[in-house]
Amino acid sequence: MSFELDDDMKAALVTFIQESVELLQELEDRLMILSGQDSSDDDIQAIFRCAHTIKGTAGLFGLDAIVRFTHIMENVLDRVRKHELDINPDLIGLLLKSGDHLRVLVDAASHGRETTSPEQLALGEYLLNQLKSYQNTLELPKTSANTQHKVETINTPQSASGNWLLFLQFNEHCLRDGMDPLAFIRYLTTLGDIVELSTFAHNMPDAEHMDPETNYLSFEIILSSNADKETIAAAFEFVREGSVIHIIPLEHRIPYYVELINSLSPEDAKLGELLIKCGVITQHELDQGLNTQSTDTTANKPIGEILVEQRVVQQPIVNAALTKQKDLKEQKARENRSIRIDAERLDKLIDLIGELVISTSVATLSAKQVRSVALHEAHAHVNSLVEAVRSSALQLRMVAIGTVFSRFQRVVYDISKELNKDIKLVINGAETEVDKSVVEKISDPLTHMVRNAMDHGIETAAVRLARGKPEQGTVKLNAYHSSGSIVIEVSDDGNGLDKDKILSTAINRGLIPPGTELTEQEIYALIFEPGFSTATQISNLSGRGVGMDVVKRNIHDLRGAIKINSEIGLGTTIEIHLPLTLAIINGFLTKVGDISYIIPLDRVIECLELPTNEQHDYMELRGEVLPFIRLREVFNNTGPISKRQNVIVVEHLGLKAGLVVDRLLGELQTVIKPLGELFSHVQGVNGSTILGSGEVALIIDVATLLAQQEKLMQASLTSALAHIN
Amino acid sequence: MDTYSLEGELTIFTAAQLKPELLNFLHSSTAPELNLSAVTECDTAGLQLLILLKREATLTGKSISFMMHSKAVIEVLELARLTSQFGDPIVLAHS
Repeated sequence: MSFELDDDMKAALVTFIQESVELLQELEDRLMILSGQDSSDDDIQAIFRCAHTIKGTAGLFGLDAIVRFTHIMENVLDRVRKHELDINPDLIGLLLKSGDHLRVLVDAASHGRETTSPEQLALGEYLLNQLKSYQNTLELPKTSANTQHKVETINTPQSASGNWLLFLQFNEHCLRDGMDPLAFIRYLTTLGDIVELSTFAHNMPDAEHMDPETNYLSFEIILSSNADKETIAAAFEFVREGSVIHIIPLEHRIPYYVELINSLSPEDAKLGELLIKCGVITQHELDQGLNTQSTDTTANKPIGEILVEQRVVQQPIVNAALTKQKDLKEQKARENRSIRIDAERLDKLIDLIGELVISTSVATLSAKQVRSVALHEAHAHVNSLVEAVRSSALQLRMVAIGTVFSRFQRVVYDISKELNKDIKLVINGAETEVDKSVVEKISDPLTHMVRNAMDHGIETAAVRLARGKPEQGTVKLNAYHSSGSIVIEVSDDGNGLDKDKILSTAINRGLIPPGTELTEQEIYALIFEPGFSTATQISNLSGRGVGMDVVKRNIHDLRGAIKINSEIGLGTTIEIHLPLTLAIINGFLTKVGDISYIIPLDRVIECLELPTNEQHDYMELRGEVLPFIRLREVFNNTGPISKRQNVIVVEHLGLKAGLVVDRLLGELQTVIKPLGELFSHVQGVNGSTILGSGEVALIIDVATLLAQQEKLMQASLTSALAHIN
Repeated sequence: MDTYSLEGELTIFTAAQLKPELLNFLHSSTAPELNLSAVTECDTAGLQLLILLKREATLTGKSISFMMHSKAVIEVLELARLTSQFGDPIVLAHS
């Protein structure tokens, strides 16, 4: 079957791809649960449903490769489901690989190809053969290559009775269009067995008027097939127009469908959807029925009745669906619903709301000049609404970090096999919400870190036992909110970081000059330097010195920071601190000279007045030394100095400093506009924004300023010590 | 007994040309026989012609027999389950 789709189908295909990716993820997650102790029949059911749904939808698009593959998977899963086959690690491994293969196939389909590379094809065949060894039944989907063989046996009496009644009357032009009805019937033999077939020629006019190039034949077929209606209907996708095609479940199958409808989950409360769900009707048939319903308004018939009239489905099935529908409606009221939204549209909305926030402040500012109480009140109201809209818009973007975390069950499973280490993954705080864009970008760095923890962190079983640790290693992923940021922790109960070893390696690699004095954090931070690797043995996974530096860069791009805690022999915890959202921040507006600077509010601890005549670069604050960072000096600002200056105390990762500014202008909410390429080298600023007055304000990168300050202090300390010595 | 030997394709590509020829043959002969041994390909259009011939024969009180079915013809007749309806003995002429 060719792979040409019209626009409608293309849109549908996109949905199919998305759905499949999600289903494959669920399949994988459930398989991981199965490999643990506390699995249940529900998981097997869910896995079966995933394979089944993918197969059904793939059939609609004529994606035969996927159908063929999922069919066998489904057979095997069906046996597991019926407890004919025990689930074991080998089978789980095989099913996981099969899931991966399906992903490749789905991905190929999303690019409009049906075939993949020869290697993938070979892998597919290999997996199929492996799967087949688990299925006892001989029933395999037949490929058209078998047709010849099929024809010879077609007259042998079939013991199995069919379950679909097909009535096919192709359109008159199909022959001229190059579509041969017989070829379609031949194709049906690949879906199942044709139990009975009658050819009708009653539409053929008398010899004189008979046009030899017009199709007059119609067929009635009883097909015995496990395929669902969507799959069968998909075969006729390309001749549907102008043709009369009915696919009806046979009478004796009705009880089966009634039962199926009763067992459906409450996801689809519409009658048509219920019927589609159990495969009695196709989407197209429903659309046609609905169309009839809307055009023929005088009759005002319910959709069920129309479907029965159109010979699409029988009355008892509709009745069962109707009853179920009523039950579902009651349930549905209590359930949450979700809508799938194009991420781009959401981003657009957030963007617009960002602009709205800015415009509102412009309007408020102008309103202040007009001394009207009414206008003032109106503005106060608008402001509070904008605020509400903004926060709910941001919530739209929030997703639970668990979606990323759960992926790691598989990563850990695979890597522990590869490394031959027994390692389990413990996930905490999966429900912690974070901006979608953060979630997308955090996945890769996390993968590197988890791999690293497993490869370098966790010791071999023998070493662990010798150290009195449990044989099974543990990698933990944890997430929680902390003062405006999200903290993600990757921890292991392995070796811990060896400071001396890291230092000597860094010196060997020429990353730092010998004799450099570094703090604990600085030493740990070396593992994120490009070209650093302490692994004596370079493994498949890590130890090549690539990866961790990528982690550092990615985290930095997200305006995040990394902190490492480690204890030799006990394990390592790497904390990643990330901003909750990348789009909007709460800031503290300040002025130095004529230029406005915004300091992210979640970094601000308190504000003080700078004592006059304070000439030092530090002050005493409640018994502690607070170093100053004079923004005027940092940014070479030569604007007029105000008489009274202020200090804003900021903190990040345990470092504190006082930012010295001229004036404090109060809190504001602002949209971050990234700086252009031209300013990418500027340190200490990570964005800009436009104020209500139209003026540009720079957003201060507190983390960088603090880190620079820390370095300066270390340097002066070292030189001071050198003087003393 | 007259025999008409069909050769080559019995498909949409030849149907328009074959229809008048085959009907002429049917009408001009009293006991027509159609030799199908050299039919290389047969599709729905071809099958329709065969059905038309059978029907036309019955309408005009004649009987047309098909003989020496080629493999391609057998396959189509089996698929459409018309072998018994046509009632012609099928001999596997070419194995």
